[in-house]
Amino acid sequence: MDHLARFISLLGYSVPVFWLGLLGLLLFYATLHWSAGPGRLDDIYTYTMTQHSGFVLLDAIRSGDPEILKNAIAHLWLPVAVLALLSMASITRLLRAVMLEESNKEYVILAQAKGASRLRIILVHIFPNVLGTLITILALSYASLLEGAVLTETVFAWPGLGRYLTSALFASDISAILGATLLIGTCFILLNAFADALTKWVDPRTR
Amino acid sequence: MVSVFRLPHWLNTFNVGLVMVVILLGLALLAPLLSPFDPNLQNIQDRLLAPDAQHWFGTDRFGRDLFSRVLYGARPTLILVSLVVILTVPIGLIVGICAGYFGGWTERGLMRMTDIVMSLPSLVIALALVSILGPGLMNGALALAFTSWPSFARQARTETLSIRRSDYLSAAKMQGITGWRLIVGHILPLVLPSAIVRAALNLGGIILAAAGLGFLGMGIQPPTAEWGSMVSSGSRVIFDQWWVAAVPGFAILFASLAFNLLGDGLRDKMDPRHDK
Repeated sequence: MDHLARFISLLGYSVPVFWLGLLGLLLFYATLHWSAGPGRLDDIYTYTMTQHSGFVLLDAIRSGDPEILKNAIAHLWLPVAVLALLSMASITRLLRAVMLEESNKEYVILAQAKGASRLRIILVHIFPNVLGTLITILALSYASLLEGAVLTETVFAWPGLGRYLTSALFASDISAILGATLLIGTCFILLNAFADALTKWVDPRTR
Repeated sequence: MVSVFRLPHWLNTFNVGLVMVVILLGLALLAPLLSPFDPNLQNIQDRLLAPDAQHWFGTDRFGRDLFSRVLYGARPTLILVSLVVILTVPIGLIVGICAGYFGGWTERGLMRMTDIVMSLPSLVIALALVSILGPGLMNGALALAFTSWPSFARQARTETLSIRRSDYLSAAKMQGITGWRLIVGHILPLVLPSAIVRAALNLGGIILAAAGLGFLGMGIQPPTAEWGSMVSSGSRVIFDQWWVAAVPGFAILFASLAFNLLGDGLRDKMDPRHDK
């Protein structure tokens, strides 16, 4: 079990995300037809759907046409899955190291000696102790998602911030590059600060 | 954790990683001998061929042999990675040891600087730097190095702090060893091993970042064979000639996995806590 989890997370940690996205498109879009191609919506819907909020999913629900919603989700799930695999791998890796460290401590051995079940030890005894680290890990992985999005959006032609940044790169549009970098950097720093505050709140040892 | 099946003793992450890294280095060094074609030789008649006996991995859209290009592509990647290591490890060690050894305002200043750089999104900053400096091998290495030294500094500082008050350092000081001789001769050897482990662990990520730069067209410029830009040019024909993008991407995965395995294995060896 440990070997398998380790192997999969290591693989997810080492795989180039743009390549995974391309292969995903090849398999699920071109071969299996489970997913829609790059972009947020098929062309017919892009130009017929009225834009209210700019969020494709919300507008699709509001339009009342289930076909549009289905199409939007078909476009959405593959990039989401690719990015999710990326952050899942890093969360698994870091959390495994923390759990290993924690589960060799004496209070866990005491709980085992007292006959607590494995699930109880993990949930009641270990979990509160790793919660602070877990929050830091989650914040870090969210931050790495912002980065991964730069490459993923390029592969999936997703008109987001990452795509804006790369197209600005090609045009050597320095102010656009600096603006996007500044925005992502600010998100990054705010996120870290938020995680620190949250850690202080849930973990009395760090106060 | 008890596993259902038991892996043989020699099959650990360190050995597998080491073998993969050695294979990678060997292929990069022997690329001229092993590759059947010139990696930059264009042959428009043979463009986008499927893998066969002559072209093992097929050909790209200029008719260049993909097997040769993948072999040669290992070179810029490994050169860039070594440049990054040569730049980051000494800087990180100097900053970290100085911060840990001198303490006080030196420490506060250096560590705040480290924290600031550490809190920056590395790939995005590298992209911005490369776009300002201009694409290329050296600039890519500089940009990636700029964001990857802080982790070395932090670790070196923690370790220096833990040995600052130790008896052997006091003994060395009593013998009249001070200043740089103390730092280089007596602190550095104890901090270096974990820095090497960290370097091995970081290398996988650096390879991915370098490939990402190449994919976005910000790395080593064509026609030089580079894995990231090869995936990028293959992505145009991904639905018809999938191997053009798949093969160099797999090479990136292999290289990154090799260094991650080696780093994991090294850490397991150094740290008895992970020995379970």
